[in-house]
Amino acid sequence: MALSPVQEFFADFGELCRYMGRFFARFWRRPFEGRELLRQMDEVGSKSFLLTSVTGLAIGVVLAMQSRGTLVRFGAEAVLPSMLALSVIKEIGPVITSLVLAGRLGAGMAAEIGSMRVTEQIDALEVAALKPFHFLIVTRTLACMIMFPILTMWTDSVALIGGYAESYLASGMDYRIFISTAFETIRISDVIVDTGKTSVFGFLVGMVSCYLGFTVRGGTREVGRAAMRAVVGASLLILLTDVVIVRLSIMIFGDVGT
Amino acid sequence: MSQDPIIALRGVKKRFGALEVLRGIDLTVDQGVSSVVMGGSGSGKSVLIKHIVGLLKPDAGQVWVKGKRVDTLEGDALDEVRLSIGYLFQSGALFDSMSVFENLEFFLERHTRFSKAEREERIMEHLSMVGLPEKRDHRPAELSGGQKKRIALARALVLEPDIILYDEPTTGLDPVSVRSVSELIVRLREDLGVTSVAITHDLLCAEIIADEVHFLFEGRVLASGTLEDVRHAQEPALREFFGST
Ligand SMILES: Nc1ncnc2c1ncn2[C@@H]1O[C@H](COP(=O)(O)OP(=O)(O)OP(=O)(O)O)[C@@H](O)[C@H]1O
Ligand SMILES: [Mg+2]
Repeated sequence: MALSPVQEFFADFGELCRYMGRFFARFWRRPFEGRELLRQMDEVGSKSFLLTSVTGLAIGVVLAMQSRGTLVRFGAEAVLPSMLALSVIKEIGPVITSLVLAGRLGAGMAAEIGSMRVTEQIDALEVAALKPFHFLIVTRTLACMIMFPILTMWTDSVALIGGYAESYLASGMDYRIFISTAFETIRISDVIVDTGKTSVFGFLVGMVSCYLGFTVRGGTREVGRAAMRAVVGASLLILLTDVVIVRLSIMIFGDVGT
Repeated sequence: MSQDPIIALRGVKKRFGALEVLRGIDLTVDQGVSSVVMGGSGSGKSVLIKHIVGLLKPDAGQVWVKGKRVDTLEGDALDEVRLSIGYLFQSGALFDSMSVFENLEFFLERHTRFSKAEREERIMEHLSMVGLPEKRDHRPAELSGGQKKRIALARALVLEPDIILYDEPTTGLDPVSVRSVSELIVRLREDLGVTSVAITHDLLCAEIIADEVHFLFEGRVLASGTLEDVRHAQEPALREFFGST
């Protein structure tokens, strides 16, 4: 009765939706697992701090270098800071950060929970009435939902610093001018919506990874497979959801500059 | 019947895909009895005791624990029954992100109102019972197989449940530890009136702990009785099993 990959995908997707439903039905109920939540937030933050810093720096420097040439040709070099801020804060920062985190955290969470499954640790939690869904899935997913926006703001900041550093080296731009032009066109609603949407991405990474780990059957080979599928699945869902969120936010808040 | 059995499986069937593991198990355990389940590797012993805590649900049949249908219970009602059951996993199943001490403390923290000092006292008492108090701050990964088993035993007992299920409590232990763990199991029954179901291949252990033995073969209980009865029965499957151990 082996399922084809397509059937397996839809079976998994349906089951994943059930897990998401369960998350919303339970996360506000006892036990709250506050200490475990803090521990997971710390895990997420400490595992990803360096990674997001490097990512941000690279984004900022590369964007500035690539845009400068084009802008100079049109005599529009002055808008560079504002263009940089727009693309970093509105799109590149949130999405790249979330994708990088999906790779960094998704595989780890799926593998950790998966190996707890195959070594019967999840059964042990279950039998001792310790509510593994709360203890393992709710805590990790909430930790991602809280930490993704925070790490995204950090990535955005480092990217802007990187962009400024590049501008300074290339044209000796004054930082006051950089800052004032950078934030000229950006609206506070953009910052909130586009940073806030990474909370949704965090939710997806947490749920997909924990679901795939939690439902591992068999042995260590399956654990490796779950880790791989967590990264692929979470990344794809982030990209698809982003399309939906961007569309919605344009409908609600209007486009930049309109 | 003077009283209802505390654990009862009635006509329990379980299959995994094409593999029929349990084909109609009838088994009862009375209050305060130490019952042993024996049978060849892969005969479904672990699958059987997982039904008693509702980790597996039967395809057919009923599972009763303390007058409740475990196979139909869910959520908090099931958790309530589970709290009176201690379960020693065949693999130990220690939480490897926690130290030995934290493994036991986790259970107490969630299910008792003990103060920190009371928890500490209870934990050290149980670690001493299995002879490993000095391992309190070790991680499960730093323990030998037999040590893991004994810590897992301490964890299964730490809430002082009145039913205990042991999945091979003495596998991987040296003969001296086999004897001390077996004697611990007997003591729990004698001093605290614990009801238990133990899976074991170990004749020494079975000799020490068994009030009654159930022998599993081809998905059914082939023979029940005292260890002597089962050992000297004329069934070919039993003769082969005991002849080779
Ligand atoms: N979750 C599961 N999914 C599929 N098959 C399973 C599952 N659990 C057990 N089995 C199968 O059921 C059979 C009985 O397994 P079980 O673990 O109960 O054996 P056992 O009697 O405890 O053996 P051992 O003495 O080696 O521990 C085995 O063939 C096993 O492969
Ligand atoms: Mg077994």
